[in-house]
Parts: sequence; structure tokens; C-alpha cells
Amino acid sequence: MAASDVTTAGPDDRRARARAFIERRHRIRLGEIVPWLLIAAVFFIFPDRTTFGTQVLIAIMFALSLDLILGYAGIVTLGHAAFFGIGAYTVAILSARLGWGEPISMLFAAAVLAGIGGLISGWFLLRYRGLTLLMLTLATAVLLQEFGNYRSDITGGYDGVPGMEIWKLLGVFENDLWGHNYYIYTAIVLFVVFIVVRHIIYSPFGQALVGIRENVRRMHAIGSPVHRRLVISYTIAAAIAGIAGALFAESTAYTTLGVFDFDNSAKVMVMLILGGTGRLYGAFAGATIYMILEDEFSKAFPEYWQFGIGLVLVLTVLFARRGLLGLFEDVAQYFRRSKS
Amino acid sequence: MTAVLQIEKLNRNFGALKVTRDVDLTLERGARRALIGPNGAGKTTLINLITGGLTPTSGRVLLNGEDITKTSQAERARRGIARTFQINQLFRGISVLENICLAIGERTGACNNLWRPAGASAGIIDEAFGYLESLRLADDALRLVRELPYGRQRLVEIAIALAQQPRVLLLDEPAAGVPSSESHLILDVVDSLDPEIAILIIEHDMDVVFRFARQITVLVAGAVFTEGTPDEIKHNPQVRAVYLGEEVHGEQAAGQGATHHG
Repeated sequence: MAASDVTTAGPDDRRARARAFIERRHRIRLGEIVPWLLIAAVFFIFPDRTTFGTQVLIAIMFALSLDLILGYAGIVTLGHAAFFGIGAYTVAILSARLGWGEPISMLFAAAVLAGIGGLISGWFLLRYRGLTLLMLTLATAVLLQEFGNYRSDITGGYDGVPGMEIWKLLGVFENDLWGHNYYIYTAIVLFVVFIVVRHIIYSPFGQALVGIRENVRRMHAIGSPVHRRLVISYTIAAAIAGIAGALFAESTAYTTLGVFDFDNSAKVMVMLILGGTGRLYGAFAGATIYMILEDEFSKAFPEYWQFGIGLVLVLTVLFARRGLLGLFEDVAQYFRRSKS
Repeated sequence: MTAVLQIEKLNRNFGALKVTRDVDLTLERGARRALIGPNGAGKTTLINLITGGLTPTSGRVLLNGEDITKTSQAERARRGIARTFQINQLFRGISVLENICLAIGERTGACNNLWRPAGASAGIIDEAFGYLESLRLADDALRLVRELPYGRQRLVEIAIALAQQPRVLLLDEPAAGVPSSESHLILDVVDSLDPEIAILIIEHDMDVVFRFARQITVLVAGAVFTEGTPDEIKHNPQVRAVYLGEEVHGEQAAGQGATHHG
């Protein structure tokens, strides 16, 4: 059977098949509806947990922004919380100090400011790679945090910004006690952000990012403006992280300088590795599982909950190098093979 | 004859070590020049200086008469200088076809697009497939590069460079690491490259050099030792002593070293 395939496959066949493969890569697959169905289902099945659900959605968005640079472009960073923090403080300062509390416009403001932060720091830092970059990104987040601490008259320091007043969504929907409206609001924003990221990943630009991840030397040799590509992707990721931070501040009406913590940068990386890097839905799986585990562990063992998270991460790195989604793929393939 | 690439008095030092010394070299349109010399003669360094991977300590590099000594590597690539690597530098985790598409995308500027799906550019895919067909890689188009045998990966190495539509092509030991039973495949490809492209090839196999090259430059200790046609080089007694008799020479040197240390 296979042999006859080879003999009948003319050169045009091969070309058509190759073309079809590339052309279909970006098409939306049926399975891609699953995460969105789950997000919708949670709303109806756990109506009393939507406040927590909102935080999960925000974590997904934060992890998704990291996936764009870490998973696709191969930029390692331990300072991604810097942009989450800029987003959160944009909302905090606008609503508590400047008397503007309109949620949607604040998201835009947060995206722009975090994006500018990404553009400036990225332009300087993305000449470096590996450990150096890791340290420099970490330092950037610490610098921002310390600057916030220095001007605690504005930021409220580690006690948080008092008196944030977030207006009603579209002038109608309040952030109700159960957080229903904010769950829907966050889900919609996540969907929009996801569509943007998905487009970028399947664009020629996204392919170039993968090229940089796979072999930066060759990218230079084929004439790719590597630095520019990295800075653009970093800026976009920063803007998205900023939106996530803004949603966090809006939904909780509360922010402290803790958002800039190293913990926060490390956590989002752990989420992504847990789910699987460079696979778009890794952020969804990783952030959700991390948040649920953290919630359950902290209830079950209030003092040792981090041990549980650590254990899960060790198991992932040992037995599921490509993250949980990678493991899932491998298992599915194993069963498909053993069937045939 | 029009010179596509000219190198004038090129020097490169690594600290006190002079790796490239006063090298002059010219490639005309359609040139077929081999760069030979003993290990450590600075052949790969010279390629890095031409492509812009390294900046020279002094001297000039000209492309079509324009000084590109200060131009970045990426810009030189866009202006038509392509290279292959002695050790594969490929995008191992993606398909062969996408490797080629990437080179085309960077050449045409398609990669500046963040929104339109990569798969929507039928022109790029078709062009990429064309290179794969001409290098007999069409059957491997959809396989991941890392799954290919080494010899076929060497062909992808060349295919990427061709997809850049270069005017100058620098081949750094294209058949390195390939078993001799398969290397003829690669050398056939090298033989049949577009006659318009100026090619500089680094190669250790003298049979290949004498078959392929119309001009040969011999590099010794970073400097041009001599240059000429294959016949001239073949019958040059000094080259025979310095390079073709390298093994004898090497053994003598080793022997001397041993007596010194002993």
C-alpha cells in the first residue's frame, strides 16, 4: 500500500500535499473550542466560584503573554511581572489618584504603558541572551518595585493603593459580590487577546520568532533583523501582561507592590512550563492547573502548600518535559498506535 | 569581468593572534573559487569576515563596489551574501519546507507581517518547494529537519542559502561529516548551481577542489600563500610542500615537538 503510494505520487502531488499542510496549519481545529466551552461551563457549574475563576482567566492571559516570548521566540525572562505590575498600577493610579475609573479605557492605558515599558527595556536588554538576560530582566522588575517603594506617597507601597474606584462596566454592570460580571468581562478580553496572539503565531513574523528560537545564528545569516523582531514581540507580550495586570487590579480593586515580586515572575513561568511552552494552549492548561492546585493545597496544608506545587513541577520536568499538553499528546499517540 | 565581491587588505586579530593577515581576494560574477589551506589557516574566519559575523581589525569588504565593511550581517545577507555552515545551523524543530519558507520570508520582507497567516502565501510555498525539488529534497518537505539523516540535512543547509537568491555564495565544507558514499549527492548539487552566482568554497577533499574550482586560493597562517588555476596549484612545488604534503609536514612538526619536550 505504502509502496504504491510512492509510485503514484507525482511531483505535483507532493507539492500539493506540502502546500495543503502549510495552508491548513493556521486553520482553527475543532478541538480548539474545548477551552472556551470549559470557560463557559465553569460559569454555570460553579456560579459561586467565579471570583476565583476570574483570577484563573487573568493567570491564563499572563501566561499566554509569556508564551509568545518564551515559548515562541525563546526569550527567557524572570521579570515578566514588571509588565503585569505596570498594568496593575496604571489602573490603581488612574482610579485612586486621577479620578478616572472607566474599566475598558484603563485596559488600553495599561496596555500602552506596559508596552512602552517592554519597548524600552527590551530594546536595551534583548541584545543579551540566556543567563545574562535572566538576571537583567529580574533586575528590571526589582528596580520598578523599588521605585514604587521610593514613591510610596503615590503607590501606597506594600500596603497597597487606598481608595481605588472602578466605575461600572459600560456604565451598567457592577463588579458584583460573586464576580459574575467580571468573569464574563475577563473571558471576553482573554478571547480577544487570544485571537491576537494566535494570529501572530501563525503569521510569517511568528515563524521568524520560531526561527530565532531554533537557531539565532542562522537567522542572522539569512538576513533577519533579529533584534527588531525580538523587541516587537517583547513589546506585544508586555502590553498583554499589562492588560492582565489591569484586569487583576480592576477585579480586586486592590494592588500592592507585591505584584512586582520575583514570585510573580517565577509563578507565571512555572505555569507555562507546567502546561507546555510554545503550544498556545499550554498557558490555558498550566495556569488553570496551577491555580487550582495552589487553591487546594493551601486549603489542605496551609503551611506546606508550596511543597505540593514544587512536587508537581519536579514531576512535570522529569516525566513530561513538554508540559502536560505534551504528555497528553504522547499518551494519545501511544493509544492510537497500539490500536492500529 | 565584473567583481561582485572584493576584499582589500583584510586583517583580523584575536588579541595578539593574527588570524587574518592582509588578505586580498576577488570574486567575479559566476566565480568558482576554492579556498584551501591547512587546519587553522583562518578559512572559516575569512568567511565570517565576509558575511559580517566578525568585524575586521582593518581592511575593506566591497560588494558590487560598495563598501560594506561596517554593514551588519543581516543587511549583507539581504544584499546578496549567503553562506552555509561547516556544522549545520538549521531550524531543527520545524519542517524542511518551513526552513526554506523562512529564508524566503526574510528575503522578501514577508516576515514583517504579524497578521496574515504564513500559509496564505502560496507564492512562497511554491518557490520553497522549487528549491527542494532541485535539491531532491521534495520527499522530505514535511519532515522535521532533526529527523533527517545528516547527509540530507547538509542539503537543507544549501537549500536555505539558495532560497536567499544570493549573488555571492560561501560554502563552508558542504560535504563535511557526510559519508563518502553519499557525498557525491551533495557535490552534484554544488556542481549544478546557477552559473551566475559567485561561489567560494572551503573544501578539504582535493578531488572535489580540482573538479569544481576554476580558481584556487591557498591560505596559510592567515595570509594568502598563493592563488591560481587548479593546474598551477597542482604543480606548484611550494603548495605541495606546505599544503598537499601537510601530513608529512605535520608528522615532522610533531616529531620536533616531541624532541623539544623530551
